[in-house]
Amino acid sequence: MAIFSVYVVNKAGGLIYQLDSYAPRAEAEKTFSYPLDLLLKLHDERVLVAFGQRDGIRGGLGLGAGAGPGPLRNWAGVWVLGHAVLAINGVDVNGKHTADGKEVLEFLGNPANYPVSIRFGRPRLTSNEKLMLASMFHSLFAIGSQLSPEQGSSGIEMLETDTFKLHCFQTLTGIKFVVLADPRQAGIDSLLRKIYEIYSDFALKNPFYSLEMPIRCELFDQNLKLALEVAEKAGTFGPGS
Amino acid sequence: MTVHNLYLFDRNGVCLHYSEWHRKKQAGIPKEEEYKLMYGMLFSIRSFVSKMSPLDMKDGFLAFQTSRYKLHYYETPTGIKVVMNTDLGVGPIRDVLHHIYSALYVELVVKNPLCPLGQTVQSELFRSRLDSYVRSLPFFSARAG
Repeated sequence: MAIFSVYVVNKAGGLIYQLDSYAPRAEAEKTFSYPLDLLLKLHDERVLVAFGQRDGIRGGLGLGAGAGPGPLRNWAGVWVLGHAVLAINGVDVNGKHTADGKEVLEFLGNPANYPVSIRFGRPRLTSNEKLMLASMFHSLFAIGSQLSPEQGSSGIEMLETDTFKLHCFQTLTGIKFVVLADPRQAGIDSLLRKIYEIYSDFALKNPFYSLEMPIRCELFDQNLKLALEVAEKAGTFGPGS
Repeated sequence: MTVHNLYLFDRNGVCLHYSEWHRKKQAGIPKEEEYKLMYGMLFSIRSFVSKMSPLDMKDGFLAFQTSRYKLHYYETPTGIKVVMNTDLGVGPIRDVLHHIYSALYVELVVKNPLCPLGQTVQSELFRSRLDSYVRSLPFFSARAG
């Protein structure tokens, strides 16, 4: 059981705080000889597997060898992202370059560099993508309440998938606290109230914090991390908190 | 417990079927617009969820709930989407949505040569069977409808 991440979204849909507390490892490392039997492509400044799937390495769909550049979509029209190259020979990859400054596609195109060990995994979200996802959720929240078959419905409070549950708490002033957690994790509702409390105490009462702007407060950080730890272990903050 | 309404979409976003039972509030827009909005929301949720997920997903998006209702979602590998809105007391109903797809849609629409695929289902048999199946569900209560 785990809490994956926390997002705070202001009333305009802007992301003002984000914390990744735990990222489960879903990575596959394998040694390859030349030529590489996976098709790698540059997409959004990252090297993704566009075609080919084997040994726990997931490929994208809809972008075969002949297809031009473009988003990776399956035929039902939905994005299917393949795994990204995370490390080569133990050296981390950032975007399209390795940590020691080599370009990934160029390096893997050269037969002299083989055999090579490549680590693949789910592409990590960039801060740009997090901003985009936060404002996307802001709109989904509003549409969810508009399409309600019952009078007086709120927006999305809990969204369930097979790998995680997203819990959202919107305050009366319009700020949204979003927590991504394991589907079996209990006590998220009290955690959301606790985060609101921490936000009021350590962000709002900080004289240097300006409303609606990104939260950069050390005490907020510390207390939030503490609350996440407590919630993961105990699953609740007890009655009344 | 109660069932509010049910949408059936194909993979292109065409609303194949819509029916409602205990719906207290309309969206305030024409039905065609509502279908588009619903499909658009589901489409975005799918893409949102697949990017947010910390692990690779199998079934993907299953359900969401607000303070007043719960939306259940089931998608087949061919892109047919079954969406049912119920109240909050209803648990996971994947098997129910799967039954609507496999025993009703496939049997009465796909296997019916008189039902063209990719447009609104006209079959009266499908409508009445679906209606009686939903009415027979344990969580469908006959609360003033």
